[in-house]
Amino acid sequence: MSMKYLRGVSTLRLDADKCTGCGMCLNVCPHAVIRLEGRKAAVNDADLCMECGACAENCPAGALTVKKGVGCAQAVRIGFLTGTEPQCGCGDDSCC
Amino acid sequence: MRKPAQEQKIVLSPALEAARPPEKVSWDYTPGDRFTAWKVRWGIGRMNCRVRPGLYALGSPSKGSPVFATANYRLSFDALRRALTGTDAWLLVLDTKGINVWCAAGKGTFGTLELARSIQDSGLEKFVTHREIILPQLGAPGVSAHRAAAYTGFRVIYGPVRADDLPEFLRLGKKASPEMRKVRFGLYDRLVLAPMQLVYYGKYLLPAAALLLLLGFRIDALFTLAALLTGAVLVPVLLPWLPGRSFALKSAVAGLAVSAAVCLLLGLPPYSAAARILIYTAAASFIGLDFTGASTYTSLSGVRKEMRLATPAQAAGLLAGLAMLLAGRFL
Repeated sequence: MSMKYLRGVSTLRLDADKCTGCGMCLNVCPHAVIRLEGRKAAVNDADLCMECGACAENCPAGALTVKKGVGCAQAVRIGFLTGTEPQCGCGDDSCC
Repeated sequence: MRKPAQEQKIVLSPALEAARPPEKVSWDYTPGDRFTAWKVRWGIGRMNCRVRPGLYALGSPSKGSPVFATANYRLSFDALRRALTGTDAWLLVLDTKGINVWCAAGKGTFGTLELARSIQDSGLEKFVTHREIILPQLGAPGVSAHRAAAYTGFRVIYGPVRADDLPEFLRLGKKASPEMRKVRFGLYDRLVLAPMQLVYYGKYLLPAAALLLLLGFRIDALFTLAALLTGAVLVPVLLPWLPGRSFALKSAVAGLAVSAAVCLLLGLPPYSAAARILIYTAAASFIGLDFTGASTYTSLSGVRKEMRLATPAQAAGLLAGLAMLLAGRFL
């Protein structure tokens, strides 16, 4: 199925100057958002990004940044009501 | 008055408690395991099926056998065990509070520090001569491979997304193909998640439907059930074919179609039908929007964006429909 969510919302940013071309981001991205072009990472399609944060966490050069979060309406609602960042799971009744 | 008790309970540090020999486990997937998996999918005793964290010996591993890290969620552990059938290996179970790898990585419990702690506390380096540990790819949002290596001396290798691909991954010399690196969301993946949605909203909507029935609102009891099934089952099943990218919109379309069909079936007059369509389209949209949490590709920024529009629209639909029904009583 098509795995594209809303257009133009992803907070993924790539600083190509810092990229060393190690390719670690390609290993961890679950949606093949990033490709290697020559010796640099390049973004294929940011609309495929789900902001899981795996690439940024595993980039040794600090070239990738993304505002990591859960794409879950329930979490956003709970976060809004309790005034905290959206988080999934609220104790024993956890969804995932 | 009694003096406060002087003696203090001695608490072993977690490191001492964990220093037990690795428990042996097999590749067998028993009917009992299957039953547990079924219960978990329906949310029964979900939090009581944690695997004890620590090191496990799968088959008869030697000092050269590969090490796989996983979460202490029963389904994660069993998926790994089964996928490795025939391979002797060490399994390092992290304490993720009974949560699966991907969700735990999002929360950070499947994380760099927990990995480092588990490697140390289990005494892993005494059991293997190599310094490699294979992590599920979906653990990557919580684990920084280079930092973990710096802390522990173990090189982190990301395996495939799905445990099923592990035999092929090992055959390729611990390399994952691009296809193995991609998360999917096929019909089966969506279907197994539907029961949890059904149980979660059923908790509120089944009693609500029963109450409506008792109060004599038979039609609304039926609509409530239809909205529940639409949002929790029909939306997950039809997800790729429902129009738009927004989950709220997809679910509203499904809700509109189903409530309109129920109106036709019952032969409701136009005014009363319109009110019901407003209410139950909003309800189905609300329930279906929550499937974003179960999906494998929605982002926080996207969910926030669609909720800013959808939540007021859902509230407006619900209130307008209720106002119409109420006004209809007095006109």
